[in-house]
Amino acid sequence: MTETTVRDVVIIGSGPAGLTAAIYTARANLRPLVFEGAPSSTGDQPGGQLMLTTEVENYPGFVDGIQGPELMTAMRAQAARFGAEFVTEKINKVDLSSSPGRVWVGDTEYQGRAVVVATGARAKMLGLDAERRLLGHGVSTCATCDGFFFKGQEIAVVGGGDSALEEANFLTKFADKVYVIHRRDALRASKIMQERSFKNDKIEFLWDSVPVELHGESRLAGATLENVKTGERSELGVTGLFVAIGHHPNTSLFMGQLAMDDASYLLTHHGTHLNVEGVFAAGDVQDRTYRQAVTAAGSGCMAAIDAERWLESQPHASAISETPTQW
Amino acid sequence: MAGKLVELTDANFDEEVGASDLPLVVDFWAEWCGPCRMVAPVLEQIAQENEGKVRMAKLNVDDAPGVAQRFDIMSIPTLLVFQDGVAKKRIVGAKGKGQLLEDLAEFL
Repeated sequence: MTETTVRDVVIIGSGPAGLTAAIYTARANLRPLVFEGAPSSTGDQPGGQLMLTTEVENYPGFVDGIQGPELMTAMRAQAARFGAEFVTEKINKVDLSSSPGRVWVGDTEYQGRAVVVATGARAKMLGLDAERRLLGHGVSTCATCDGFFFKGQEIAVVGGGDSALEEANFLTKFADKVYVIHRRDALRASKIMQERSFKNDKIEFLWDSVPVELHGESRLAGATLENVKTGERSELGVTGLFVAIGHHPNTSLFMGQLAMDDASYLLTHHGTHLNVEGVFAAGDVQDRTYRQAVTAAGSGCMAAIDAERWLESQPHASAISETPTQW
Repeated sequence: MAGKLVELTDANFDEEVGASDLPLVVDFWAEWCGPCRMVAPVLEQIAQENEGKVRMAKLNVDDAPGVAQRFDIMSIPTLLVFQDGVAKKRIVGAKGKGQLLEDLAEFL
């Protein structure tokens, strides 16, 4: 048996929330251990959802925008510079019922006096039969990864939010035609994205519609759409279908341990505190409203400060007496 | 170098794949693909730990569109495992080391 080390701070997740919490707690000499996740193509990989994006135009400080993966690489390096350590694995079990909190990667256990949950959210799928089989064969959740392979083709994006329209605009660089399939007759996306999309000749909107069936054996050959108002069905002969219908918080690890709302987002109180003492949440995992890189980073900072204050208030504080007071 | 990935192009692809007496894992990737960047270091590790059993190579789809098209690559990262010059297995999407070791188990 190897001895389990107890850390002052364990951070689960490595998007803007987790890495900002890492930067702050590292600068407070709390030597955070960050579980950054394992490579994946769905949004729960190291670096989080921004790893699947291209240009980020609204993160303050970058006049000409910055590439999502580049921003995340910089945040990680900044956290590492102050002593944050990283485990490039996914946590498969947690026990937060006693202090310190316990987390496992396989059979290896780690403990943290304070735990920051910043596991983010991942793309929702349509839930259609053929979807899994055709994923990577025409069906995609990552326009930046796969758009390249649809040069000169007719494809579709499903969704009506900012992510959907950003993907649609990006995909017009490659595809001849991009249909945006949206189940309502108005968009949730920001005005600037709407205007950009309406002006784009290659984008055509299919309102009040949802895909109900996907066709093709080894690759996508088309989709059947249903008009949600009339019930009428139609065929759309697209070779690519990009799914951007929103996100689901990555909270299954915490079922039965942390309080959640009806959509499984973690419920915070007094800043970033959760229903379990010493456990804090930041970023999309607790945010069903804003879900921006900058709000995630902001709440990561809050969680770091809340965690530090909570640790200071504990009787058996370890090496945190030298904590600098200046943030 | 044991862990170093061989770089494949449209020009050397057939030769390299044909000449490999070990199973050859080809990582189809590109600079602009975020998840792809995370796969290469994992493959290098697996190659190092399984020297003599398997070889790893990478193919930039921007530089070698011909091969990508020939093998119907529609999503990256995609790994294709070649044995005796024939594509035996296709692994689509970025995955962690544990999952990749499982997916590649039959070749290790």
